[in-house]
Amino acid sequence: MITVENVSKSFVLHNQGAAEISVMAGASLSVAQGECIALVGASGAGKSTLMRMIYGNYLTQSGRIMVGDLDVVTAAPRQVIQLRRTTLGYVSQFLRVVPRVSTLDVVAEPLMATGSDRATAEAQAKTLLHRLNIPERLWQLSPTTFSGGEQQRVNIARGFAYPYPALLLDEPTASLDPTNRATVLAMIAEAKARGAAIIGIFHDHAARDEICDRQFDVTQYTPGLAA
Amino acid sequence: MTPLLQVEGIAKMYGARIGCTDVSFDLYPGEVMGIVGESGSGKSTLLNCMAGHLQPDAGAVRFDTRTEGLRDTVTMSEPERRMLSRTDWAFVHQHARDGLRMNVSAGGNVGERLMAVNARHYGDIRDKAIDWLGRVEISADRIDDRPTAFSGGMQQRLQIARNLVTGPRLVFMDEPTGGLDVSVQARLLDLLRGLVREMGLSAIIVTHDLAVVRLLADRLMVMKDGHVIESGLTDQVLDDPQHAYTQLLVSSVLQV
Amino acid sequence: MSDYNFAYLDEQTKRMIRRAILKGLAIPGYQVPFASREMPMPYGWGTGGVQVSAAVLTPEDRFKVIDQGADDTTNAVSIRRFFEKTAGVAVTEATTEASVIQTRHRIPEAPLREDQILVYQVPIPEPLRFLEPSEVETRKMHSLEEYGLMHVKLYEDISQHGAIATAYAYPVKVEGRYVMDPSPIPKFDNPKLEMAGIQLFGAGREQRIYAVPPYTHVVSLDFDDYPFEPTKADHACDLCGATDSYLDELIMDDAGGRMFMCSDTDYCGTRCAAGHCGAQGTPLAEDAA
Repeated sequence: MITVENVSKSFVLHNQGAAEISVMAGASLSVAQGECIALVGASGAGKSTLMRMIYGNYLTQSGRIMVGDLDVVTAAPRQVIQLRRTTLGYVSQFLRVVPRVSTLDVVAEPLMATGSDRATAEAQAKTLLHRLNIPERLWQLSPTTFSGGEQQRVNIARGFAYPYPALLLDEPTASLDPTNRATVLAMIAEAKARGAAIIGIFHDHAARDEICDRQFDVTQYTPGLAA
Repeated sequence: MTPLLQVEGIAKMYGARIGCTDVSFDLYPGEVMGIVGESGSGKSTLLNCMAGHLQPDAGAVRFDTRTEGLRDTVTMSEPERRMLSRTDWAFVHQHARDGLRMNVSAGGNVGERLMAVNARHYGDIRDKAIDWLGRVEISADRIDDRPTAFSGGMQQRLQIARNLVTGPRLVFMDEPTGGLDVSVQARLLDLLRGLVREMGLSAIIVTHDLAVVRLLADRLMVMKDGHVIESGLTDQVLDDPQHAYTQLLVSSVLQV
Repeated sequence: MSDYNFAYLDEQTKRMIRRAILKGLAIPGYQVPFASREMPMPYGWGTGGVQVSAAVLTPEDRFKVIDQGADDTTNAVSIRRFFEKTAGVAVTEATTEASVIQTRHRIPEAPLREDQILVYQVPIPEPLRFLEPSEVETRKMHSLEEYGLMHVKLYEDISQHGAIATAYAYPVKVEGRYVMDPSPIPKFDNPKLEMAGIQLFGAGREQRIYAVPPYTHVVSLDFDDYPFEPTKADHACDLCGATDSYLDELIMDDAGGRMFMCSDTDYCGTRCAAGHCGAQGTPLAEDAA
């Protein structure tokens, strides 16, 4: 489902004397449907960078990144937008939302964007918010005022609202209490069971060992870090 | 898929000075594109060339018309272009008083575009105006007030209602949140986002506010000195800017 | 005869005005610019109408002038005398006898014939001026037939007054094309704009001439649910008893006494002479002679 072939990435900092920082070279990775891969490596090794490259958030200098049958590296913006809408989900570490939009709407939005009617989308959003223990009195409020853990759970609910065939999870269990952590792991397992290809970053080693089929060490592709 | 708008090689000179030059892109139905750049970068010139307010010196602006498919709006006759601009196009000005009739009531402002396309039933026009005032969160009892009695944010929302009442397919926006308080801005952005999604609108938004494009735009073009120096997915351009100027622009945003 | 050229204006000027008139007749309702001359009267006193009259008058014409329907007001008398002196034409107060009638703010009650010309004095010829101050823009709106704004004005009327409150200078669409200001005639007169006579409109200060040829289709703008209604005082003329004419209301004393009378003095007088009598009129006495 997700195939990364020989990708490289560097940043050129024009405003700091055009310093070129190479952060990844020659990385290859393949994730099948129903498989969950953990990206591992020291902080700064490029786990998030690789994930962002797959999502199209970072440009890739060379190589191919196939998600389904689209090469994210060369795709036009509108193709990437379509990919993100229907194929590739992303749960980031931080929730970024429009101020004033209610939590319920934030979670229901990915469904509305793919053509669900409001009632269906809201029903699904409510189920998820319930499951992740977001108190019902908070649903009409904007999540911008929530605690870190609450925001993280809203973010997960939003990421799992639509059944994406491919999912990117950046620290999904960070800052969660044991109950919610178990719920999230169950949700990831369910996504795997329905055939989703998942790439995750987990600092929570117990969670990683429980849910992931393989580990992928990005350090070997990090110039300057590779032994 | 046919693009809704196809811009090709647009250039506009002001004497020897470049307004904008060599701008090309396709906009597809439902897409929102942001154009950012500092004052004088040519983004408003470009917007006005696309919307038919300025005659470009070179290039084509092809619009997917309902009856005849892609037509170059630069070379089409003025009546046709003006007809487009009051039916399929909308233009939201930075200053509401440029986009509203200040001596006409809110209802009359919203109803004008309907009457321009031959709506001749007062009751229907008024019902539609009330409906649209509601959608932009202006209460129905203000329908007979003039925009001069409205706050800046309300005027801007009224301008949006006035523009969207005929169900346009493409909206041009010139700094739609400029000069508004941040709380009013957030409300307006939320409103615009909802309308864009519900109506399946395509939009081109010119702004210098990167937060606005991050929230509203799928795609982003960065302009400097009349040239497009970088374009791509909004979050990609903002999170991984390639051009020196874009990097400077992104790093110059104040963090709250 | 006098030392003036016939009808005051020189021949070249009259030809220029006639060309504008012909163009106006060819494009009903379209405002034709013309080089308005200084006339020996102030703007606002009918300089546009006077120039049009001067251009159409011939020595054989019989000329009538009315101001708000009356032949005997200062303005009407002055203009009538002006052409008596400068053109030496015959004058009359009888609508049916006149071949050229110059008017301010009324259309005579008696239907006009094909051999009659009605000349209107127009203060502001542009019907769109109320909402659009730019002449460049209004001209473009006319040329592109963008008349939505005209209905915005009527919409504003209804939203503020519950009905179309515009009572005079009520906008019309001429022959399905140009929206025209019929000059400040009461809207009661609007249906009469479809007539057998030639109608010419002259705006001296604004330098515009426009025209409505005989039997031209003239429609008063309105809404489906607020149709156009010609209105008048709900009363009969107190002098002649007419119920079909436009009435002036006259305050008679400090005790609230009032009377209604035809604004068209010739119409009223003709009816009285024929023996009609209103509530406060003096019956035609047999011993009057």
